[in-house]
Amino acid sequence: MNFRKLLLVGLISFGLIFSGGFLQAQRKMTQIKGSDTLVNLVQILAESYIAKNPRSPIAVLGGGSGTGIAALINGTCDIANHSRPMKDKEVQMARDKGITPHVFIIAVDGLSVILNESNPVSKLMMDQIGAIYRGEIKNWKEVGGPDKAISLYGRQSNSGTYVFFQEHVLKNQNYSEDMMRMNGNAQIVEGVTQDKYGIGYVGVGYVVDAKGNVKKGIKILNVSKDGNSKAYSPLNKAAVDSGDYPIARPLFQSTAGAPNGAILDFIKFEISSEGQKIVEREGFFSIGSSHQVENKKNLK
Amino acid sequence: MKRVNLARLKESAIHAFFFTNGILAIFILIGIFFFLLYTAIPAFREINIAEFFTSKNWDPTSPVKEEYGIVSMIMSTFMVTLGALVIAIPIGIGVAAYLSDVAHWKVREIIKPIIEILAGIPSVVIGFLGIVLFGPAIAKVFGVNHGLNALNGSILLAIMALPTIISISEDSLNAVPRAYAEASLALGASRWQTLVRIRIPAALSGIIAAVMLGMGRAIGETMTVLMATGNAPAFPKGFLSSIRTLTSTIAIELGEVPYYTSHYYALFALGLVLFVITFMVNLISDIILHKYQEREL
Repeated sequence: MNFRKLLLVGLISFGLIFSGGFLQAQRKMTQIKGSDTLVNLVQILAESYIAKNPRSPIAVLGGGSGTGIAALINGTCDIANHSRPMKDKEVQMARDKGITPHVFIIAVDGLSVILNESNPVSKLMMDQIGAIYRGEIKNWKEVGGPDKAISLYGRQSNSGTYVFFQEHVLKNQNYSEDMMRMNGNAQIVEGVTQDKYGIGYVGVGYVVDAKGNVKKGIKILNVSKDGNSKAYSPLNKAAVDSGDYPIARPLFQSTAGAPNGAILDFIKFEISSEGQKIVEREGFFSIGSSHQVENKKNLK
Repeated sequence: MKRVNLARLKESAIHAFFFTNGILAIFILIGIFFFLLYTAIPAFREINIAEFFTSKNWDPTSPVKEEYGIVSMIMSTFMVTLGALVIAIPIGIGVAAYLSDVAHWKVREIIKPIIEILAGIPSVVIGFLGIVLFGPAIAKVFGVNHGLNALNGSILLAIMALPTIISISEDSLNAVPRAYAEASLALGASRWQTLVRIRIPAALSGIIAAVMLGMGRAIGETMTVLMATGNAPAFPKGFLSSIRTLTSTIAIELGEVPYYTSHYYALFALGLVLFVITFMVNLISDIILHKYQEREL
């Protein structure tokens, strides 16, 4: 009696597992993973894509650029989001596994340096920001602010933003050991909102709401290349496009080999004018024509 | 005849079942240890083992020089744990003494389960409290920029260690024979004197074991400290500076690390260090607890 029951339960669960696998094989879900800077944007792009193509489901996960690229190489996702270019080491690892990564640029991000609203400092040079994050400038009075210690908010080392900022602003030097390694863009915004003497760097999409207003309690710093040039805000689209705003960067997606089927279809949607409208609505900048040419090449 | 055989078969089958389960638990533990050891050892092909245990700098992704030193993290881990114990021990023993000696039995029947429920609050919820409640409060009270520091972590870990400390301390206070207290009172000692000089010393080994168990929980806790301590890898300058513990470092970096590199193996070496520390703490508390139980018999 008991044995029979057991057998029945076993058969049913076996059946469930089997049919589950079968169903999954029939409706393949596109898996996207990677950059935390991109996760919200790609999620929204995916939602509007699914609204029109309900038969091609898409799942979007964060975790950091490094995580996404590693997942692409290990075959656990279809598209990797990354906010920094692939490192040579990563390209090599992919090649070793017989994968040729195809890279697309889907948006441009003006990385914004943020302060608490009450901080009187409103513009800094690249060198000054670099020195602050390297731990060489420790007090606001050295850059024209109050006589208070600077508290540094940054990302964790798995973040593309961490790497990009280290390369371009810190000039490949080490971050200060006192920099707090926060879990995501939102946590940095939260930290700087509460900390009167904090400084942080986040994707511009995280400090501007849907209407284009800067979030409460936050001030976006104007940044200049050096002592001779003008300081620009990352919200100034013309300055970002022309490169006058010095900390702008392309945001990437990669596939293992040339994309096809539903994956190709989705990427085409992202770089279409409709997709790029969503990109702008989310606080990022749309891609220029040179990026479009590059993308077309990689689509094949 | 057939019936008896069947019963015996059943008996031995059940016996074998429980034996396998018991053995399995031990094998899993030993398996984890050897897995950690096996994955940790390759780290030292490229990393100098002396540097690993004596350097204060940990920066495996540095573009300048990759550094693997665990001193700051061990110090941070011990600091939050120590801070948690300094807060939790007086409160814990105080509450335990109140529950066993002062409180009416009805009050005790209500309060004790509530304290034990406290142990079930998920660590991520406690970490959240650290960010939105204790963080800003610490910043205001101490006049510092922000409250993401060792003190915040200590307070949260104290909250997490309290249920264990209270519950086991109270049990061991109750296990002290009534005759001790009665003799003390009969000799003219006040209730306070009886509690402090007779009952607590008599229950001391149980209380120490309770503290050690609470400490074991605090050392291994990840999510709470990850959220509330700011994760700055510098060597801690005090309780008001941001720190990064062993557990948070593993949690932060294991997700992104390229597999089978020195960095990857070094994270397992961190895990091994952590495992050895918690194992020692639990072992010591177990030995103390056993001594105490034997004496009661």
